[in-house]
Amino acid sequence: MKLKKNIATSAEGFIFNPGTGDSFSTNPIGAEILSLLKEEKTIAEIIDVISAKYDVDQSQFEKDLDDFKSQLEDSNILD
Amino acid sequence: MEKLRYERPIIQKMNTGLMNKFGTRTEYEPVTHIESVPVKSLIKEYGSPLFVISEKQIRRNYQNATRIFKTRYPKVQFAWSYKTNYMNAVCQVFHQEGSWAEVVSGFEYNKALGNGVPGSKIIFNGPDKTDEQLIAAARNNSLIHIDHFDELYSLIKLSEENNLKPRVAIRVNMDTGIYPKWDRFGFNFENGQAWNAITRIINSENLDLVGLHCHIGTFMLSPAAYAVAATKLCELTWSIKEKFNKTIQYIDLGGGFPSTNTLKGAYLPGSDTVPSIDQFADAITDVILGYGFKHDDLPLLILETGRALIDDAGFLLGTVLASKRLSDGRRATILDFGVNSLFTAFWYDHKVSPAQAFGQHTEEMVLYGPLCMNIDIVRESITMPLLEKGNHLVVHKVGAYNMTQWMQFITLRPNILMIDKENNTHVIRKAETLEYLELNEQVPEHLKHNPLK
Repeated sequence: MKLKKNIATSAEGFIFNPGTGDSFSTNPIGAEILSLLKEEKTIAEIIDVISAKYDVDQSQFEKDLDDFKSQLEDSNILD
Repeated sequence: MEKLRYERPIIQKMNTGLMNKFGTRTEYEPVTHIESVPVKSLIKEYGSPLFVISEKQIRRNYQNATRIFKTRYPKVQFAWSYKTNYMNAVCQVFHQEGSWAEVVSGFEYNKALGNGVPGSKIIFNGPDKTDEQLIAAARNNSLIHIDHFDELYSLIKLSEENNLKPRVAIRVNMDTGIYPKWDRFGFNFENGQAWNAITRIINSENLDLVGLHCHIGTFMLSPAAYAVAATKLCELTWSIKEKFNKTIQYIDLGGGFPSTNTLKGAYLPGSDTVPSIDQFADAITDVILGYGFKHDDLPLLILETGRALIDDAGFLLGTVLASKRLSDGRRATILDFGVNSLFTAFWYDHKVSPAQAFGQHTEEMVLYGPLCMNIDIVRESITMPLLEKGNHLVVHKVGAYNMTQWMQFITLRPNILMIDKENNTHVIRKAETLEYLELNEQVPEHLKHNPLK
């Protein structure tokens, strides 16, 4: 899972795609995942970071991350 | 280190353009308690889904409606519409408050008798009354509201044969300026059918015409239609006095007052658009008081209000079974109750609240029930917090018609709980079991052997 190079993100959860002009908003966990993606972390690393920080089962987060990935694909911001 | 509260990640496209002042409201405010009892503990103790009825709210509604009518008109009587919710505990709350019973079938009639309602305080409506039921109602001195000429002639014959003189009224249908016109019940006012029926009853020695009844529709949004109905019944009452020197004891304007639920397809929420009971009371009582009756001849005003007195006293608690995304990206949330329990989801966009606190993010979603059927949709589109498996929800204003029209289909019907005035909880109808469901089933002897065993 890789973000397109030109996607602009902010820590507050604002996302801008200069290629299409589309803007998006995401919740704090979404913003954190995007920032980890920008750092080119792998899925396994993202799961480790989030499940260590938040009160969530690893399996639950895996399922939600998979769902988030399909939302990012639909939003056309993944490479 | 304590872990932070988790919320599933979402991303939403931001749309620019004009704000929509009619945009869907976000049901964000959690409803964690029903009458001070925590939703969580209710579900833990009594299971999910769970219908909950507030006794306090029923009494508040009843007392409010009677105050509104009695401060405008001297003689008012409410009769509880059994079909709206005939759980015995619910009926008894209304009867304790002074309500008579209004029934539309033999089984409802017997339910009212079983609840201790004197026969003389039961109004027997509807097109389906058997000869046996008519005789029983006549013997009990109940008010029999005649629906059609076949019933009228049957009742005359039965009364003669059994030496009875039942107290009767006719149901009158009429044009009140609303659509659809409910002309399938009763005798029509405009074409003279109602007057013919009245004449036939008065000429019969075995029937005592004591009242006139109408029920112009359901979920009526126009108080003016009730004014028209009241005028037409007053006109008949006046003519009966003039022509036959007979005083009609009561005018029964039926039910039909709406609750504040939002009808499907409505532009604005019901809580903003539905007329208040005061407006209906003004429309009705202004007509009767202004018609010119002598004070002693003023008819008793009977009201068979159901929905408006019970809907907001009922809640349905449920649980999220799963959350998924549809092929077009929309969120779909699957709940443990569907249209089989929440029958009124076919008519209303019910208000649904989360039962626990959430973060500030929301998403638009479809709420599906658990049935393996495509029709099982609780809300086609609602903006809610990010729901997850195991979260609880509260559906509001479900007290009317659900506990009578619900279907035993695919799942078993759940517990119904009443929270009393002191906030004690009572199961008023136990959740169904397989044994209960199969109680009346019989398998022929030759089908009892199963070779797969």
